[in-house]
Amino acid sequence: MKLAEWRKLVEENGCLEAISKMLERIEKSKLNAYITVCKDKSLQKAEEYDKSKIKGRLAGVPVAVKDNITTKGIRTTCASKMLSNYVPVFDAHVVERLKAEGAIIIGKTNMDEFGMGTTTETSYFGVVRNPYDLNRVAGGSSGGSSAVLANDEAVLALGSDTGGSIRCPASFCGVYGLKPTYGLVSRFGLIPYANSLEQIGPMANSIEDLILLLEVIAGKDERDSTNAGRSFEFREVENLRIGVVKNMSAEEQIMDRFFDALNGFEYEEIELPSLKYALSAYYIIAMSEASSNLARYDGVRYGFSVPELTSWSDYFSRVRAEGFGEEVKRRIMLGSYALSAGYYGKYYLKALKARTLIIEDFRNAFAKFDVLVSPTMPTLPFRIGELKDPLTMYKMDVNTVPVNLAGLPALNIPLGFIKGLPVGMQVIGNYFEESKLISFAKKLEAK
Amino acid sequence: MVSVEDVYHVSRLAKLMISENEAEKFRKEFEDILSYFNILDEISEEVKPTFHVLEIRNVFREDLAKKGLDQDSALKNAPRKEEGYFVGPKVVE
Repeated sequence: MKLAEWRKLVEENGCLEAISKMLERIEKSKLNAYITVCKDKSLQKAEEYDKSKIKGRLAGVPVAVKDNITTKGIRTTCASKMLSNYVPVFDAHVVERLKAEGAIIIGKTNMDEFGMGTTTETSYFGVVRNPYDLNRVAGGSSGGSSAVLANDEAVLALGSDTGGSIRCPASFCGVYGLKPTYGLVSRFGLIPYANSLEQIGPMANSIEDLILLLEVIAGKDERDSTNAGRSFEFREVENLRIGVVKNMSAEEQIMDRFFDALNGFEYEEIELPSLKYALSAYYIIAMSEASSNLARYDGVRYGFSVPELTSWSDYFSRVRAEGFGEEVKRRIMLGSYALSAGYYGKYYLKALKARTLIIEDFRNAFAKFDVLVSPTMPTLPFRIGELKDPLTMYKMDVNTVPVNLAGLPALNIPLGFIKGLPVGMQVIGNYFEESKLISFAKKLEAK
Repeated sequence: MVSVEDVYHVSRLAKLMISENEAEKFRKEFEDILSYFNILDEISEEVKPTFHVLEIRNVFREDLAKKGLDQDSALKNAPRKEEGYFVGPKVVE
């Protein structure tokens, strides 16, 4: 459901009625897309809206928030047993912004545990099902946020993207999803996985809705020391020079659809040679940062704990063994390995060097082009349980991780369906040029 | 090559207790994943590493006192607390 359709519903029946219907729909849903539904609070806010007590650009609009974004008084789990009872005592910057504009936070969406996955299968709360085929995944890690949009269980949604976690599920569920330029949106209140790579971003059913949500959440926040201090206002950009990234590919039926969509546009092909290093560099950096970030879970200040207070080493090791799922353990351990004495130079430092080469490739490309395009995902949505081996799963992120290494913005644009399953195009821009990505999406939509 | 001892070593570094079955499973997976990472060996040592993607410096703010979390809020999620303190495992034997 688009925002305009929601506003029409509210105008006709009132917000309370519209929200009640949506909550009923959520209750009956088979997708498992929410971890927590904020039923009472949503009904209360809807009533206030009907009494004209709520103002703002998102007044009375139900927004779903990924469950790694802290919400004061609402359980925030990161889809982990470790945080399954954690109730934050403060709001994330983006949540403050939503509330200031009158949004109704309708629920917290399911995800891969701590954002570590491409399918939501690593969630402690179970897999999110694809709205177009219940036997397939919705993508990850923000799979709950994309599924609720496609199934009218929310009107707007927030996700977070460390290596494709907004764009992959947006592609698999046929919605728009943007990973903003690093530093555009404050990460204050985003429970960290890999700080140097991740951004919170907007997800929506139309490009207009996505613009509005980005304008609301972007902006200065002194509590995030990597915040760029910029706000965002959309400006239409004309005469975009389009580059197709030759070595960001997909299976044949997706490539056919991709080039069909570009039919009528002028474009040139370009190869970015250093992309062959991107997956390795991404996983080494993400795992290394994760091993450091997730050291905070010690069963003392918050989170899961075990009954006996034994020696500190034994206690921490047992809390973490029981509180974390398998993929989280795998990444923490590989990160510890990559940073450990004797391997730092071979893995972590080499990954940072690869990052330099990838940034240079993009810099050269943007000297010639305004936007770069590729298929978002190399395949159609996987069947649940289809990807068994971790390395095979990691390789599915091949087209999405390069922009996180470089800190660039990238948008998933839905390209319709193949055999009933959604397909998406990724459009990448230069730093803080989100307007160009959006202008391109509008031109594609208008075609 | 990754040995089971290597896996136990990092599990101790990371404070993660793992079972024998887990150790063997991780060993095989780590070997596959780490050998995939070997592609980075071909990158020249001359290339400078990128620690931060944007050339922004740390954001400083005025050094003004502000109200932080009160004690009750700070302790709200603690599994064990006593007289306004967190209770943790014994550190000194």
